[in-house]
Amino acid sequence: MPVFNDSRKNVVKLIFISLFVIIVFRLFTLQVISSKYKILAEDQGTFRKVIYPDRGIIFDRKKNAILQNTSISDLMVTPNKLKGVDTALLCRILNIDTAQFRRKIVELIIKNGRSRPSVFEALLSDEKMALLSESLYKLAPAFYLQERSIRTYPYEAAANVLGYTAEVDTNFLKKHPGEGYVAGDYAGMTGLERSYEKILMGVRGIEYWKRDNKNRLTERLENGKYDTSAIAGQNLYSSIDIELQQLGEKLMKNKLGSIVAIDPKTGGILAMVSAPTYQPNYLTGSERRKHFSELFLNPALPLLNRTVSATYSPGSTFKTLQALIGLHEGVINTDTKFSCGGAFYGCGSGKPMKCLDLGTFDLRGAITVSDNTYFANVMQRVINNPKYPTVDSALSHWNQYMYSFGLGHKLGIDLPSEKTGNIPTPKYYNKVYGKGRWNYCTFRSVSIGQGEVDVTPIQVANEMAYIANKGWYVIPHVIDSIEGGDRYHLLDKYKKKIEPTDIPDTIFEAVHDGMEGVVDHGTGIGAKLKDIIICGKTGTVENYYKGIKQQNHSFFCGFAPRKNPKIAIMCVVENSGHFGGTYAAPIVGLMIEKYLNDTISKDRLAKLEQLSNLNLMPPRIKKEIKIQDSIRNSKNLSSLLAKGYIKSVKDTVGLDDDQPDKEEINIIRESSHKKEPSSKEMIIKDKAFIQNQKRSVKNKKQSKP
Amino acid sequence: MYQQNKIGSTNKDWVIIGLYALIAMIGLICIFSVEYRSNDEVIKSILGFKKNYSKQFYYFLTCIVIATFILLTDSKFFTATPNLLYLIGILLMLATFVVGKTVNGSKSWIPLGFMNLQPVETCKIFASLALAKYLSQPDLDFSKTKSQLIASCICFFPVIFSLLQNETGLALVYFSLLLPMYREGFPAVYLIIGAFLGTLLVATLLLTSVQLIVSITLIAVFIIYFLNRKIKRNKKILFTIISVWIISLLFSVIAVPFIFKHVFQKYQADRIFSMVGRDNPYSNDNPATMNLDTPLKNHAKSDNENYNVKQSKIAIGSGGFFGKGFLKGTQTQGDFVPEQHTDFIFTSLAESFGFVGCIVLMGLYLGLLLRIVFIAERQRSTFSRVYAYSVAAIIFFHIAVNICMTIGLAPVIGITLPLMSYGGSSLLTFTVLIFILVRLDADRQMVLR
Repeated sequence: MPVFNDSRKNVVKLIFISLFVIIVFRLFTLQVISSKYKILAEDQGTFRKVIYPDRGIIFDRKKNAILQNTSISDLMVTPNKLKGVDTALLCRILNIDTAQFRRKIVELIIKNGRSRPSVFEALLSDEKMALLSESLYKLAPAFYLQERSIRTYPYEAAANVLGYTAEVDTNFLKKHPGEGYVAGDYAGMTGLERSYEKILMGVRGIEYWKRDNKNRLTERLENGKYDTSAIAGQNLYSSIDIELQQLGEKLMKNKLGSIVAIDPKTGGILAMVSAPTYQPNYLTGSERRKHFSELFLNPALPLLNRTVSATYSPGSTFKTLQALIGLHEGVINTDTKFSCGGAFYGCGSGKPMKCLDLGTFDLRGAITVSDNTYFANVMQRVINNPKYPTVDSALSHWNQYMYSFGLGHKLGIDLPSEKTGNIPTPKYYNKVYGKGRWNYCTFRSVSIGQGEVDVTPIQVANEMAYIANKGWYVIPHVIDSIEGGDRYHLLDKYKKKIEPTDIPDTIFEAVHDGMEGVVDHGTGIGAKLKDIIICGKTGTVENYYKGIKQQNHSFFCGFAPRKNPKIAIMCVVENSGHFGGTYAAPIVGLMIEKYLNDTISKDRLAKLEQLSNLNLMPPRIKKEIKIQDSIRNSKNLSSLLAKGYIKSVKDTVGLDDDQPDKEEINIIRESSHKKEPSSKEMIIKDKAFIQNQKRSVKNKKQSKP
Repeated sequence: MYQQNKIGSTNKDWVIIGLYALIAMIGLICIFSVEYRSNDEVIKSILGFKKNYSKQFYYFLTCIVIATFILLTDSKFFTATPNLLYLIGILLMLATFVVGKTVNGSKSWIPLGFMNLQPVETCKIFASLALAKYLSQPDLDFSKTKSQLIASCICFFPVIFSLLQNETGLALVYFSLLLPMYREGFPAVYLIIGAFLGTLLVATLLLTSVQLIVSITLIAVFIIYFLNRKIKRNKKILFTIISVWIISLLFSVIAVPFIFKHVFQKYQADRIFSMVGRDNPYSNDNPATMNLDTPLKNHAKSDNENYNVKQSKIAIGSGGFFGKGFLKGTQTQGDFVPEQHTDFIFTSLAESFGFVGCIVLMGLYLGLLLRIVFIAERQRSTFSRVYAYSVAAIIFFHIAVNICMTIGLAPVIGITLPLMSYGGSSLLTFTVLIFILVRLDADRQMVLR
């Protein structure tokens, strides 16, 4: 036994211990110090699955669901089960070729891996769905259908009020950080869907899943200990009367314009028509993209909610407010008379403002026949009132009145993109003409609602509610209540009366008298109903587009019944020509009848149809639509040409028969040289159109001195 | 005490038996945690012999029976038959070339019906016994080069077969038998040179050349600083240190890159590097001039090799200090670590029980090793001592290489974790190794060999 080697046992022990120490040290750095591996493990080992709750449902005032959810299917594929599946059959059903199919599958494998189901085609159309469910057993288990929830509009109405949802884009994500949105989510983009997004979306749930090495979700992490459950969106109860809304949309078919009806007692909006409107179900489901681009490029701008986003000069409807101011300021009383000798000569005879009904009128009469001279005089008295030292202060005072009536500022309605409109201020004129270089005569057209005054339809309707209530209004709104409580206090401001100016009832009575006369025997006789007293006011608004005078807008606003008013309403038909009483008044008459009597009497149904069938689309828009259609056709045709279809048709049919084809192709060749107007240009154009009067008036004024 | 009932003998070292049982149990639990998914019917699976943990359970029961038989066997049997057993081992290895079964790409298994036997694995026992037998010859002078050479041959003969069967890892295990030889007087120089070269090679693979030059130089400077006094007395030491320093630099900075660039094929070099989870730094691949087909394949393969180490590190690292809890390891449950029930069983323990669990296991292993060394040193017979050291060396090599490869300190070569990894062959080998030692130790008082 070699005793001298005895010390070597310690060397051996040392080797053992030192290597173990190295290992423990390494384990310490890996497990305790470094956090890199924990993050990596979390990334690959767990999956945060977001559970989308159902969006809230929107009901109308009679508790009919006007916006709710339905399910539609996605076709799912698990690539590693594809072997032996009849892909040709699938390609035939989905109308794609095998190369496309293969490319799609490869994309999905790169994105999600082979073993994890991915969406092969999202939101199947009904037609494909029917074909697929028939032969799905041949495609299983590689393919299966998965339901998902989408929005649906059962009445196919109120598109612009309800709005639509769409996939969020990067811009949206930037604007709403920390609200839990990720790319691919849907969010409300317009209308109520947008303004009540927070409430409708509900609370997203999160499930933590374990994920395996093939990217499959295996089971819940710790039996769902860390999960949060999804809470469905809250339902909204609106004040919309969906039947009234449908009637309004029917009446405004083939017209540009708006109808807004408000319950003056509550401020709840009963109907809100923006014409042309669109089929809201087009913007859900499988064909969304196609429909959206069509609507987006449509020159008549169906996606624009004109009731809040378009501004017009109010025209003669403005006179009711002028009367209120005049009476309250004491510059006139109900018996003050002015006579119309053909025009208003209060500013000299340079360019007199015409009046149509010759004669002498008191206030009631002046409202009834819409006498321009009368109100030109009233406003002249208000502005030149000796009570105020300067024209500046008088105009500011006048401006205060208008502001308190709800004009010149956003009302705060619960719909997005509300416009402020415009009520001229001294500051504005100082800027345009220079301080002290303007007087009442400079802006005398404002007295009859032309010139620099701009209002939105909702403002006009609200002003009617204000007059109907004799001095107060509630901010107009669509949503009355939220099921389960108003957590974000969105509705608080719609619960209180706004009583801006203390105007005595007698003044309102006088204006009501005049407005009753308008419908009874005045300019708005078209709105007259048998047993309901309507107070109304017509407006015939001159307007310009790119400096060229266009057909007049037809305005009518009013409320009914006179005692205990239940509906305040306004209607504008753009570029209809003729007078406010011609188109807008009968439309309003029918709307009021429908709302108050719940039905339209039989003898007036013919009138309804006649109005509904009228095509008052301005020729300018018609022309633009025509141009666009031909461009689209040319695109289709040229793609056919490119594919050689036309040639093969020619070969078979022979040259003589394709005369029309040839012509069309020629048109296409010409039009395809033109650049297709981009959507942006269109919108800019329309903005210009909507605010045309203002600019043209300004131009005129500027060229004058 | 003096009863001749051998089973009840108090001479048996219960510490070793206890540690053995404990580690084997931990191994069973770890294999269970690798395979178990919620909703599995455990009892049914254990009885069913379908799942790996149920198989391992039965292997364990078998091993207990075999261990009992070994304890009942007269210890003289083990001292008398090593040469015969060694011969049988060699024959078994030769037999694999005829009746061998291919498992995981190496034709080194003999099917026995209920399990597969890997002769290279079991031959470790016979080699240890044969070495003990040779070194315990009374007239042997181990300081002679001839006897050193014969001993080495006994140890390294099975290596040839292992390499032929493409089991590089198991072949390397036989080099651990240098340790008992060292204990018996084998010159330390060989051991040091071998360990030095091995460490240097691994370091060259793991570190970049700049890191390597810096660290080698630093080590040299430290040694010179600490041996300052000795160097003053003897200038030769300084000379040796400097020449070793130069040689290592030449080795790692010139020789290794040269070998990888010019001696090995590209795929071989890639493979070696990917074993430690690195990309081949000596690859001349220029993406612009790459042929489309071949590099992609190679790339996929090297990715695959990298994947093991990466996943293993993720599983271990994500365990943290206290671990995620039993059956709660997301990496284990998600099957992210390949071969987790065999070579990478350590990762499941490390993920579930964290750093604390690792410390406990390492403690148990170190306890086992030191206990074996302790037992070795209390033997009166050279045979028992050499055998005990062989057992310690083999177990140590397995533990060290296996755990180092899971934490990225050693190349991935198929070496099991003793008593923990799934596999009947491996468990049986270690059982037999340990219980022969226990049996020999029980009789340490009785016979003087």
